[in-house]
Amino acid sequence: MPFKIIASQCTGCSACETQCPNFAISERAGVFLIDPEKCTECAAYFDEPQCVAVCPVDNTCVLDTALPRHQEPA
Amino acid sequence: MSTSAQHQVSCGGGEISETMQVMAKHKSCGTVGGSGKASCGSQAGIGNVPNEVWEKVKNHPCYSEEAHHHYARMHVAVAPACNIQCNYCNRKYDCANESRPGIVSEKLTPEQAAKKVLAVASAIPQMSVVGVAGPGDPLANPDKTFKTFELVNKLAPDIKLCLSTNGLALADHVDTIARLKVDHVTITINMIDPDIGAKIYPWIFYRHKRYTGIEAASILSNRQLQGLEMLTARGILCKVNSVLIPGINDQHLVEVNKAVKSRGAFLHNVMPLISSPEHGTVFGLSGQRGPTAQEVTALQDSCESEMNMMRHCRQCRADAVGLLGEDRGAEFTMEKIMAMDIKYDEQARKEYQAKVEKVRIAKLAAKQEQLAELASASSEIKVLVAVATKGSGLINQHFGHAKEFQIYELSTSGAKFVGHRPIHPYCQGGHGEDSKLEVAIGAINDCHAVFVSKIGGCPKAELIKAGIEPVDQYACEFIDGSAIAWFKLYLDKVNEGKIKHVERLDAAARHNGLISAA
Repeated sequence: MPFKIIASQCTGCSACETQCPNFAISERAGVFLIDPEKCTECAAYFDEPQCVAVCPVDNTCVLDTALPRHQEPA
Repeated sequence: MSTSAQHQVSCGGGEISETMQVMAKHKSCGTVGGSGKASCGSQAGIGNVPNEVWEKVKNHPCYSEEAHHHYARMHVAVAPACNIQCNYCNRKYDCANESRPGIVSEKLTPEQAAKKVLAVASAIPQMSVVGVAGPGDPLANPDKTFKTFELVNKLAPDIKLCLSTNGLALADHVDTIARLKVDHVTITINMIDPDIGAKIYPWIFYRHKRYTGIEAASILSNRQLQGLEMLTARGILCKVNSVLIPGINDQHLVEVNKAVKSRGAFLHNVMPLISSPEHGTVFGLSGQRGPTAQEVTALQDSCESEMNMMRHCRQCRADAVGLLGEDRGAEFTMEKIMAMDIKYDEQARKEYQAKVEKVRIAKLAAKQEQLAELASASSEIKVLVAVATKGSGLINQHFGHAKEFQIYELSTSGAKFVGHRPIHPYCQGGHGEDSKLEVAIGAINDCHAVFVSKIGGCPKAELIKAGIEPVDQYACEFIDGSAIAWFKLYLDKVNEGKIKHVERLDAAARHNGLISAA
């Protein structure tokens, strides 16, 4: 399942946008959104999801439990 | 909107030719610079600073106390992202009426920022410096920050560039900083001991990983000092900002001062912690208090024998515009800028700045004249006085209109700028005029007198009741010379037994970082 950003908590600081290895994050109406099609949970890139690690507000970049976990292609 | 700027220069300008003559008599030997260290004329620069360094700082309001009365700066908010978390910062909270770092009304693209620079440079010809200071960290947004500098270099090459960083990414960008002729860099260094750092920084984001606790503080400290060394080795001027947090790093900042001085920092700026529960910061919510004015001054004094100390910092917003202590940002929103007809005229800016230089010389001469008068006096007495000013080193502000007071320490060795006190208490309304007067008196309660261009009857009576003498007979005259003249009269009255000298109380260093709601 990909990550999502809780819009009401997003400060719009853009820190996540440049850290995302999948270019999955973009701005809309002052807050940032993660494209679930592009998010790989940073698998194969980093030990920890970059958006979570850099976000200044705790519990704002979170796993989207409505969607299945990301699977790396075999 | 340049009328107020013109007013500042014309106010008292008639005395220039007269004071130029006095100046010639005194062979232009004067005191300049932020540290109160004596030096001989503008040729020698400040303290023991070499001429090439003085050339870099003499028109930079943040690097020279003397320059900050005359030259303006602007910050462009192109850098929203940050790579560390500080316990005194909360990125969720924003308020247009606030004046503190990390606060902006609108984020800009580099192209918008360049346009804003041209608009401000045309309207405020004494604007000499453009800085990127956030609202996050400039070097956590390197593309946007450096693109902005490239554009300003191209469009307005007479403007100096500076940036203010937490230092974590600094070492990676020193080459670019040098290439783009950014010759002033400020690094915020609050500790060199990771145990102390762990109490200030909950985490850092470094090389794609979040670090916490002592490990985070240790990496940050090493990177800050490495970046400082690399910059000073290249001859880039470095100022170090330190936030004074009582009970956490207050004593430790003396060690920080030694560490940054030994690595070539030019100026050290110890600032009071801004802490209030409504800011929602970790420190604000935990009840961590900010320091009193005396605590800040005591620390600055204890470091001053080591290096130049900055005392005129206004802890301004990441989108501030104008002289330090004023914020004209509201005149330059992107919406207003788009409607402006901007003509960038470098020659007109030069001519205007030449006039400013004349005022600076005249001010120095007025001070010398009064110092000569004081030379015969001998006394151990030191007093603080507050001054209401709109800039140009003149007493040219009405008591009731002042958003801050500049504080001078007077002794037989002269008048020394030792700080300022912001006084506007209201953010979301709900405070009446009475409380504003109370806040003003509370902010200058350590002063013996307050110098103003005008003052109403009611506040005058309240000030006298509080033991602060309202002084309005030096309206539109230079601050230093007037303060010394007043001090001479004060000493005379004490010596003649007409008044008794008494020590004053302490005062608040900051008022929650708020500015006018107007």
